[in-house]
Amino acid sequence: MTPDDAPLALTPLDPLHRALGARMVGFAGYAMPVQYPAGILAEHRQCRTAAALFDVSHMGQALLHGAGADAALERLVPGDMLGLRPGRQRYTLLMHEAGGILDDIMVSRLDAGRLFLVLNASRKAADLAHIGAALPAGVRLEPLPERALLAVQGPAGATVMARLAPAAAALGFMAVAEASIAGTACLVSRSGYTGEDGFELSIPAEAAERVARALLDQPELAPAGLGARDSLRLEAGLCLYGADIDETTNPVEAGLTWVLGKRRRIAWDFPGAPAVRAALEDGPARRRVGLRPEGRAPARAGTAIIGPGGETVGQVTSGGFSPTLNAPIAMGYVRADLAADGTALALRVRGADLPAHVAPLPFVPHRYVR
Amino acid sequence: MSILRFTKDHEWVRFDGTVATIGITEHAQTALGDVVFVELPEPGRELAEGEACAVVESVKAASDVYAPVAGRVTEANAALADDPALVNRSAEDQGWFFRMILADPKAIEALLDADGYAALVAAL
Repeated sequence: MTPDDAPLALTPLDPLHRALGARMVGFAGYAMPVQYPAGILAEHRQCRTAAALFDVSHMGQALLHGAGADAALERLVPGDMLGLRPGRQRYTLLMHEAGGILDDIMVSRLDAGRLFLVLNASRKAADLAHIGAALPAGVRLEPLPERALLAVQGPAGATVMARLAPAAAALGFMAVAEASIAGTACLVSRSGYTGEDGFELSIPAEAAERVARALLDQPELAPAGLGARDSLRLEAGLCLYGADIDETTNPVEAGLTWVLGKRRRIAWDFPGAPAVRAALEDGPARRRVGLRPEGRAPARAGTAIIGPGGETVGQVTSGGFSPTLNAPIAMGYVRADLAADGTALALRVRGADLPAHVAPLPFVPHRYVR
Repeated sequence: MSILRFTKDHEWVRFDGTVATIGITEHAQTALGDVVFVELPEPGRELAEGEACAVVESVKAASDVYAPVAGRVTEANAALADDPALVNRSAEDQGWFFRMILADPKAIEALLDADGYAALVAAL
């Protein structure tokens, strides 16, 4: 954790954010743009209808070197890393021994001996220590603090990339490759965290502003801040680490059973495997669900979820307003017997029990390229 | 002839001699960003000075609105139920929150005038 009074770190795009009129806030120890003058609603719609550029340079980046890098990482995650082919990316979880989640991360195989990792900003210091402590001889962890990370997200993102980096535009979903953009060698993946088709670009810090400006020169693109990023990922039903998942949530109750590799579910050889297996076989006590409040009042994280008998049956972990649905939406954990779509519940907002029902996730369909 | 006053909590009060109309200032709506929901007090409710009596929700967060002076609520702005963004477009006019009869009309004199409020905002 970063103390509240510690000076905020700056991303390589800090001068650009300020030049664009961003409102900067502290997030995970970094000064980050929460919005630009267009505002969160407009930035959100920009991403859903055209394309938006996000600075996510606060996230951790690292390389895992060595012929045994995949096997070493498999000792920490429940995904199939040995089976990750060159040029492919996978979402996985750093697991706690008790079955909780230390972080959710992206892993890309660049070649036989190199894995590229993207870590949550709030967790990167702990993750790097955790991974570094678990490595055998011959495997080396190289943090990449001198790299920026940009996300181009939205249906017009592919048009922009086809213009600036044709090699990147040819990537399939969850594929990764090197591509030159504005004269800079970038590591590009066809992925993101908005539910839209999109790209993430890992760029040397000194070239980040040049690449960002080249992207923003494209008519389809406008900058978007962390505010829109949060409402977009909530509409897409994607978990925010520290809100929807943490060391006390296990992947089964979080609805992330799909991250368990087939081979790993036979061997049960990852940290926390007994607890995860028990949750799978016995059914979890609670489940992460989508919630649609009736009316217009948003139910924020921490809101108590009330069952049919008036008892508390769970808690909202992410909640806000969906610009696409023009209505409030939330995610939270409820007692497993109340997790079916359509179940009538209530949300206790400022002392009043507001009617709501369990709704399927995502709230807004994913539009990943296939 | 109405008088316009402000609070340090970024509310405005327009008093026409009988009824006071209350809303949030242009500065407040800019700071909040896109307003997506406003919860207003019921007509008939008696408010103490400084009592939390309305909630304005932006995309990011919920903020309380406080009664600038004591009194009884006579009307809430029904237009905000369907169009909360009216607060962003017209904070100090059509985006008003509620109206009230003041318990003590003189209480309004203790609030900030336009110059006093402008100085407060300038110092932020």
